[in-house]
Amino acid sequence: MKAKISAVALAAAMAAGPVLAQDSLTVALQLEPPHLDPTSAAAGAIDQVVYANIFEGLTRFGPDGSVNPGLASSWEISEDGLTYTFHLVEGAKFHDGTDFEATDVVFSLDRARGEDSVNAQKTLFAGIESVEAVDPATVKVTLSAPDGLFLFKMAWGDAVIVAPESIDDIKTAPVGTGAFTFDGWVQGDSISLAKNPDYWGEPAMLDAATFKYISDPTAGFAAMMAGDVDAFVAFPAPENLPQFDADPRFKVLIGSTEGETILAMNNGREPFSNKLVREAVAHAINRQDIIDGAMFGYGTPIGTFFAPHNPDYVDLTGLSDYDPEKSKALLEEAGVALPLKVKMTLPPPSYARRGGEIVAAQLRAVGIEPEIENVEWAQWLENTFRNAHDYDLTIISHTEPMDINAYANPDYYFQYDNPAFQDVMAKLDVESDPAVRSELLKSAQTMLAEDYVSGFLFELPLHTVAKTGVEGLWVNMPTQATDLTGVYWEK
Amino acid sequence: MLRYTLTRFLSLCLSLAVASVVIFFAIEVLPGDPASIMLGVNAQPDTLAALRTELGLDQPMVARYFAWVTGLLQGDFGISYTYRTPVAQMIADRLAVSLPLALFSLALTVVIAFPVGIWAASRRGSVSDVSIMGLTQLGVAIPNFWFAMLMVLVFAINLQWFSAGGFAGWDAGLLAVLKSLTLPAIALALPQASILARVMRSALLDTLSEDFIRTARAKGLTRRQALWRHALRNALIPVLTIIGMQFSFLLAGGIIIENVFYLPGLGRLIFQAISARDLVVVESVVMLLVFAVILVNFLVELAYAAVDPRLRAR
Repeated sequence: MKAKISAVALAAAMAAGPVLAQDSLTVALQLEPPHLDPTSAAAGAIDQVVYANIFEGLTRFGPDGSVNPGLASSWEISEDGLTYTFHLVEGAKFHDGTDFEATDVVFSLDRARGEDSVNAQKTLFAGIESVEAVDPATVKVTLSAPDGLFLFKMAWGDAVIVAPESIDDIKTAPVGTGAFTFDGWVQGDSISLAKNPDYWGEPAMLDAATFKYISDPTAGFAAMMAGDVDAFVAFPAPENLPQFDADPRFKVLIGSTEGETILAMNNGREPFSNKLVREAVAHAINRQDIIDGAMFGYGTPIGTFFAPHNPDYVDLTGLSDYDPEKSKALLEEAGVALPLKVKMTLPPPSYARRGGEIVAAQLRAVGIEPEIENVEWAQWLENTFRNAHDYDLTIISHTEPMDINAYANPDYYFQYDNPAFQDVMAKLDVESDPAVRSELLKSAQTMLAEDYVSGFLFELPLHTVAKTGVEGLWVNMPTQATDLTGVYWEK
Repeated sequence: MLRYTLTRFLSLCLSLAVASVVIFFAIEVLPGDPASIMLGVNAQPDTLAALRTELGLDQPMVARYFAWVTGLLQGDFGISYTYRTPVAQMIADRLAVSLPLALFSLALTVVIAFPVGIWAASRRGSVSDVSIMGLTQLGVAIPNFWFAMLMVLVFAINLQWFSAGGFAGWDAGLLAVLKSLTLPAIALALPQASILARVMRSALLDTLSEDFIRTARAKGLTRRQALWRHALRNALIPVLTIIGMQFSFLLAGGIIIENVFYLPGLGRLIFQAISARDLVVVESVVMLLVFAVILVNFLVELAYAAVDPRLRAR
């Protein structure tokens, strides 16, 4: 009898499964975050869980990368561009029941820019002179100089508003104001979120959401095919996409990211301190071959360090078209001895490892002999990126939005020191007129392309595989986020 | 027996002390700064310095070694750099997957290998012996991750009897746990069972050709009776040694299978921790595994004494 009952219960549970699934969603991601505090680590994996879902900032990114009101419903900017007065939304509460007030904004921003701050993007807050609470619903931020990007900066995951009451446990039990609350974490396996019933804005359409961590591409394919997960954001096996596309149970979303993938050249030492050699590299590279070979055909070629979906993008791929003969001529003109031996450092992502092999083959065809060294992230950061700059070539995707200003830093691992470019960036920093900003951005892109600072390869694509019926997922990734607040199952 | 146990125990302690020194310094000299990995490419120098102080990385290496060992002796494994949770808790969480998986696959290994090995030995040279040995040869040769993927293809994607991976968690009940661990355990057990069956067979055959078996047969026992009553017990020493080694391997070496089935086990924890330069976690987990291996060996040596009374006299 007992066995019979449990069999009935089991059948009922199994029958209930699919119905329940319509209110909850399991999203697979590749990288598990180390902890859940977006304000004290660079890990994009943290923002992929908490951004917009659990934590919100004064402003927030929309699916198209636009900056929209967040916890600040409106704002005024003073004539001189130095004072921002933010009006906060009404009735917002943190998940622990405490009220969201102006003092929380003051706390969050002061914490991020303070002396002992461990914020990975501390420069976002460098221009802030003071933050004060005018009344519980109004915050006044004073800048030391006008900043055309200030509202954009406040939309970053590193600038979300946290509460002093819950800050001590933020890494393992994040408490925010978002449409989802943190529900649990089985480390190594999954993180679950539940709908926040007291959300101040448009409530989430899902009752529950689970992020499941699957790092192996083959395992990800199997999990999707077996129906274990409902969607896989940033699906790591592009070779399997046609199979999902042809299957009516699934759909494939192809979008773009902010990831400019480049062949970085060390401008600070021989041989790539010579512009002619850099130009020779640029003409030796066949972007389409790299995209086909390393990315299975997905990815948009770029000719400069800017996202092609941005309205200010200039197509400069023509300046560095594939022309091996010209490349050889340039090397001769530069007077370098062939074969030219250089060191190419490749970090772990497959675009770098696969792409690196193809780039190396293309360079060999013109007489440049790259010696490939595969390194882990830790080594890459230490030796290539951080201090030593011990590299000639490396392949890497820069995934932060609007990061062209990296080229204005002469100590950056590009070792590119061009006062004219630095001047354009300095002007851009304080300019808020959209038309002038657009002109400045365009001239900056052209400068980088004409100086052949790096080999500009392609914009990293975003592949999402989802079950048919899952709607509202972001197609593009303007910032590291998996915003589930607008996701629902089509009935 | 007491002296035997004591000398074994002393060598256990000595091995642990040496291991702790080797592990700590080998891992600390790895290139890569944990703080810069955590804060990424846009971090400012003062932010990095603040984090290094917070993590205690500004202390000299020898001081950190002694702090670590003192902690270990008191059962305090430290706090993970990246996860910011106690390492002991993380290890306990992962052991909740790895230990049952290792035991499950070891049980499968023994359950398959013993009868197969005994069967083959008792029918030496027959068709069934030759074909069984051929199969075990294949079992040793097949890479377990390939076999794992094959099983996922058949049982998860086509038949949908099991999920393709993941761990349901103990809260979901024993049945769910068994369901998540069955395919990985089979994948892990297959090559181990093949190895053990071969060892079992050859150990038995060796014993069967000994003088005391001939005496037992002369006394009037059938071949089978001699095998069960006298040979089996004497053949167990090499088998136990292999089982001990297999358990250590299954506990620490499941990393590829853990990746195929995305199980949150110890192997994946080490892998993640190494790439994130979460040194405290790497050191403590490796130390724990060394401890487990040494402890298993110690127990196996004690078990020798149980099956071989001559060792007890020493």
